[in-house]
Amino acid sequence: MQSDDVIWSVINQQFCSYKVKTTTQNFCRNEYNATGLCNRQSCPLANSRYATVREKEGVLYLYVKTIERAHTPKNMWERIKLSNNYSKALEQIDKELIHWPNFLIHKCKQRVTKITQYLIKMRRMKLRQEPKLVGVKKKLDRREATRERKALSAAKLEKSIAAELLERLKSKAYGDAPLNVNEDVWRQVLDRERASQEGVDIEDEESEEEEEDEEELEEEEEGWGDREFVSDVSGDEDEDEDGLSDLEEAFSSQEEGSSSEEDNNHDSDSDSESGETKSKVALGKRKAAGKSQKPPRKGPEKKARRGPRVEVEYEHEMESVPLTKDVLRNW
Amino acid sequence: MPTSRFEPSTIKNKMKREEIARKLKKQKGQSKLQKRLAQAKVEADNPAAKKRRQLENVLKTLDNMREYDPSILTANPAPTQPDSDPSQNSQPVASSSSNQQPTDESAADISADPFASYFSGDVDPTIPPKVLVTTSQKATRVTYEFCEELVSVFPGAELIRRKKGKGFEMGRIAGWAAGREYTHLMVVNEDMKKPNAVTIVYLPHGPTAYFKLSSIELTQKISGHARPTAHFPELVMNGFVTRLGHTVGRMFQTLFPPMPEFQGRQVVTLHNQRDFLFFRRHRYAFRSVEKVQLQEIGPRFTLKLRSLRKGLPAVKNLGEISKNLEFDIFEDEKPENSDVQPREDEDIAEQGDGEDADAGATQASSVESKKVLPPKEDEYVWMWKPELETTRRTFFL
Repeated sequence: MQSDDVIWSVINQQFCSYKVKTTTQNFCRNEYNATGLCNRQSCPLANSRYATVREKEGVLYLYVKTIERAHTPKNMWERIKLSNNYSKALEQIDKELIHWPNFLIHKCKQRVTKITQYLIKMRRMKLRQEPKLVGVKKKLDRREATRERKALSAAKLEKSIAAELLERLKSKAYGDAPLNVNEDVWRQVLDRERASQEGVDIEDEESEEEEEDEEELEEEEEGWGDREFVSDVSGDEDEDEDGLSDLEEAFSSQEEGSSSEEDNNHDSDSDSESGETKSKVALGKRKAAGKSQKPPRKGPEKKARRGPRVEVEYEHEMESVPLTKDVLRNW
Repeated sequence: MPTSRFEPSTIKNKMKREEIARKLKKQKGQSKLQKRLAQAKVEADNPAAKKRRQLENVLKTLDNMREYDPSILTANPAPTQPDSDPSQNSQPVASSSSNQQPTDESAADISADPFASYFSGDVDPTIPPKVLVTTSQKATRVTYEFCEELVSVFPGAELIRRKKGKGFEMGRIAGWAAGREYTHLMVVNEDMKKPNAVTIVYLPHGPTAYFKLSSIELTQKISGHARPTAHFPELVMNGFVTRLGHTVGRMFQTLFPPMPEFQGRQVVTLHNQRDFLFFRRHRYAFRSVEKVQLQEIGPRFTLKLRSLRKGLPAVKNLGEISKNLEFDIFEDEKPENSDVQPREDEDIAEQGDGEDADAGATQASSVESKKVLPPKEDEYVWMWKPELETTRRTFFL
């Protein structure tokens, strides 16, 4: 037998699994509760006559409790589909809940209003293009942060930037009278170039032969084959033990070298050979120089070896075609 | 002396054990030092030996173990490193580029990409490209500060606050900006009160790149920073090798005026290392032929490409009524008999439809016909996924 008072006294005094207690008031989590509060009037368990409105996939239903079927809880609630039309739905509620307390009728109507409003809002939001929310993936973030840190240290930014700038300076990418270079430094560059130019004619031939040799014997004892550019620059660098840094340095400088070469090629379309052969020539030459003059100490050796680093070919081209406005624009 | 197999840990007496262990350790260190000193002595006389040793002692890094993928790399890095290089870095090259490049394919790629007009010299080099910098909706102070720094970096940049509400989607703004002869749109996205992403749109027809933004350091935070001047900076683009890399690098180049003002001695760097793009700005001074002094101007930040879209960001018209089913009438397609042709036709037809619709819209609003309209659907050229990074030796830029 159903006895509302008994049920309510249990719920109120003892325990209800739907009850949520807060400091100010108690709430009810039962899906059929029309108000969401835990009190005598709106308790769906302790009222024999009860009704509520619920939405299922955009359709409103009026749920009416029939206490005569309390022995089969599965069939206890009668579901009545409400009209899409708001006013008709209200009329429907009035018609269906003639003998129910006014409180419930009122609450049901309120729920109809609320649900139709949120359905409208949902539909409108669906049509609007809104920023997509993406979850924060801490593990991915952490992993990427680590990789970024490692990449940063591998990049050696300042070094590579400095190398690039020097390469530009030496390849005369800044024009014949650069505005960004100190006069002394610029004179040094020119001097060096002139010095190396004098020594070129002999060395050029040697180097070319050498280059061919290298290409033929890739695995010769020096391991000079495909990585010649590496060794070259690393030799120039300030006696760094770190092979890696040398390598990277070499890579970058090599790139720059070839790049500027290309640039120059572009300027004077005299020779259409790729920059590669040129750089190789230059490299071979450098090596030859290093071998021929073997100074005892590091300091002078460094300088002597550095001398030939200036690529001579540029000079020819650059002198033949000065850096015009047009060329600069193509930059 | 104990034998080589002797382990001091087998000694029971603690004092003795420690003493011997200490002695062994010192001995080991000493022998190592002696070896190094001897080596240094030999190499001081014989630099070739040192060179050889350094050649043999190349550390394995992710960068030099990078896997070659012919589908994305423009040239095989392993045997012909110099060949692939010219295209990948530094302003001069990417622009002059291409004719002498060994890889014709990449050259063709570069000459046909959307940025070609910038590099072909059609643009007036003295006028900086107009860049519209804006934020995501409801941005906070941090983001605005970052945006101001961005504006100071790009000579033609302008910060406009993002308007709220409907009708200010990114695609629409892009179209609007394209109509006003902006060349780029940059949208800084904010999340949890921090800028976390940047979208760069090349106007008027894309592409759109979406970057993750991290490790931002504003100028003020950098100790000993220099002050920027209004001169157009030089550019250093390091390490962009693949097609995707070229696209990104060239897009970044187009943000700056093609002709730098060298007297400013400012250099902006975008260095690609393992797909992280490090942005730096320095002032430099050539101290000698071998030494450059760099002073950082700032800001610093790191970008990571998340996606590349072909066109402008899409503005989806979700309320649009879907098209009715149309049945093919095979009458008018008879003239073309090759296999490829019909498909192209369809594409054209689709585009035509789209344009018609667009045209209708423009007519309705009675705007000039040149108006750029954002697409309805995004077309992704590349999208990052976490799975792509399972092997750490593949890089995409």
